[in-house]
Amino acid sequence: MARGESDAAREARPGAWRERLASLVFDPRVRGIALQAVLVVAIVAFAYEIVSNVTDNLARQQIASGFGFLERTAGFDISQRLIAYSNTMTYGRAFLVGLTNTLLVAGLGIVLATFIGFAVGIARLSSNAVISSLAAIYIEVLRNIPPLLMLFAIYFAVLKGLPDPRNSVVLPFSSYINVRGLTVPKPLMAPGFDAFAIAVLIGLGLVAALAIWSRRHRLATGRTAPVVPLAVAILLGAPAAAYAVAGMPFTFEAPTLGRFNVTGGLTLLPELVALTTGLTLYTAAFIAENVRSGIEGVPKGQTEAAAALGLSRAQAMRLVIVPQALRIIVPPLTNQYLNLTKNSSLAVAIGYPDLVSVFSGTILNQTNQAIEVILITMAVYLVLSIATSLLMNWFNARMALVER
Amino acid sequence: MIPSLKAVVVTAAAAMLATPTAAFSQGTLQKVRDRGQLVCGVNTGIAGFSAPDDKGNWTGLDVDFCRSVAAAVLKDAGKVKFVPLTAKERFTALQSGEIDLLSRNTTWTMSRDTSAGMTFTGVLYYDGQGFMVKKDLKVAAAKELSGASVCVQTGTTTELNVADYFRRNGLDYKPVVFEKLPETIAAYNAGRCDVFTSDVSQLYGVRLTLGNSEEHVVLPDVISKEPLGPAVRQGDAQWANIVRWVLFAMINAEEAGISSKNVDQMLESTNPDILRLLGKEGEFGKGIGLDNDWALQALKQVGNYGEMFERNVGQGSRLKIGRGLNALWTEGGLQYAPPIR
Repeated sequence: MARGESDAAREARPGAWRERLASLVFDPRVRGIALQAVLVVAIVAFAYEIVSNVTDNLARQQIASGFGFLERTAGFDISQRLIAYSNTMTYGRAFLVGLTNTLLVAGLGIVLATFIGFAVGIARLSSNAVISSLAAIYIEVLRNIPPLLMLFAIYFAVLKGLPDPRNSVVLPFSSYINVRGLTVPKPLMAPGFDAFAIAVLIGLGLVAALAIWSRRHRLATGRTAPVVPLAVAILLGAPAAAYAVAGMPFTFEAPTLGRFNVTGGLTLLPELVALTTGLTLYTAAFIAENVRSGIEGVPKGQTEAAAALGLSRAQAMRLVIVPQALRIIVPPLTNQYLNLTKNSSLAVAIGYPDLVSVFSGTILNQTNQAIEVILITMAVYLVLSIATSLLMNWFNARMALVER
Repeated sequence: MIPSLKAVVVTAAAAMLATPTAAFSQGTLQKVRDRGQLVCGVNTGIAGFSAPDDKGNWTGLDVDFCRSVAAAVLKDAGKVKFVPLTAKERFTALQSGEIDLLSRNTTWTMSRDTSAGMTFTGVLYYDGQGFMVKKDLKVAAAKELSGASVCVQTGTTTELNVADYFRRNGLDYKPVVFEKLPETIAAYNAGRCDVFTSDVSQLYGVRLTLGNSEEHVVLPDVISKEPLGPAVRQGDAQWANIVRWVLFAMINAEEAGISSKNVDQMLESTNPDILRLLGKEGEFGKGIGLDNDWALQALKQVGNYGEMFERNVGQGSRLKIGRGLNALWTEGGLQYAPPIR
């Protein structure tokens, strides 16, 4: 214990240091810090023990370890790629392909499940008995079937329902539907594409500015300006004008029917359709229940007050009930988003190349580095979940009732 | 999370937490003896190699090999616990000590043998990868498959072989990768793919299960070497020797004409090779930590290599696969075992 010069007088008193020590021992703040320090040391020691134990065991068993494998050539192919990939690229690149595929299906699923969930949840409360019982049947059936079974049912129904490639259904614009998916022409960038892209961005910017102005205008004057037709005109007009001026800034690669498959073009795989549909329908049933309970949680007086103000039922729902219900809906909604993202790892069962299929399936097997691969996979899901939670917490905070 | 991924995670976690002394210092032989049971990792279901029959008993070549090892070590071919594993789970199960022996149509490759903590102990079945297509596509050779969709099971050498084959020949293809064999086959059968690719032995087995097996044809091309064999954990030389020499004994017995039916008469033989194999002469059991009747027990209870082959995948089975590369070296095949002396 350092003896400060200023305390010299107190230090002179016999037994003073003992008193000081005692006061430190019984100081709750000091005790708290000491206990936490002990805990941190224990956790660090435990983590160190695990890591060194694993490294020792792996070395003893002659199992390769480390993350160097991410740099090695992958050598295998992946059916759906959102980023450029070929089998001569690295495992790291293949990991990114799997990750983007997971993000795609999770993103699509979250958006669609939210729409369907809100629609079904509101329908569940409809005064029309047919609509509300249909919604009830949807919820009770879908949320009680294991998602894996649903995926199998949907996937094999999709496969059985579609013709083989040689009997493809031919759609306009040389598009094809068959058991291998929906294939449409693929846009290819041509000279002048930059100008076109900039025009589209400017159009979007103008519409955003218009939306902000219209909101201010409404708040200031209490009147709504008729901006919707103008916004549509800008959204369609800007790209159309740019398209004409730049002179066909992109061309289309039309798919053609080959011996086995439709080749060329962009293909929407049946696996993606089945997985998105399955996850969406399953999660929407839970979201619908959240929405129902959220709306029922808004006091009835609010509906009556809205009616007294002369709002229609739809207006009351949109402007009064749902904004208040959101405060109740959002926290459990976050859980459903997390569930959907995690359930997307069922993809491997129906052949969709998500992160689990590509990374902790093929790559794990080819490299035999189970611990590293599983750790990375878990870390990815953890990061995705935390990011979703943070985003939803921010949204929830914005939605919170501001008390003055 | 899907069940099998969970299993991988659990075994990986077990590998992390296991103290070095728990799993690895004690020899596998001692562990098997203490337990009174051999724990053998097999395929979840592949005709001829390892599949449960209608009474729930495991049958197949890989399964019979587990029984041979149990007979040699514990003197009872019935003392085996079979652990069905997917392609993805199998190595982790072996590395973590969940199973004593992996006998699950596993291809012997350099990376698996050297940097995956495993030792391969021989070749139980010489196989190669091939393609099965629907007859009405009128494909005669694999080189015509440009642009085709290919159904593959993940976690196997198959995925890489097919990529290599198409890359080598400058052909294009579309992979569709499934985790489990039943879904892979169902998707192929539903027309999701033109081609199902796997080891040729497996293709014949799968073809039989398709119902309309006449409509499917296995192409003549074999695009890879797939020596399938049993594997054990690296670093236990005694256990590796036991598994290796049980296989050699099976092959040597066939060569010497010893079968499960005549093994008792053979004990009266004057041929020193046979007497050594059956433990009447020499002390060969001691060298691998077993009693001298190790091979005798395995032969009596399970049979020699040829018997196992014919019963499970050969003429005595529905698969009716010829011996081909798996014939004895004396009959133009590759099965050759070092002598017991």
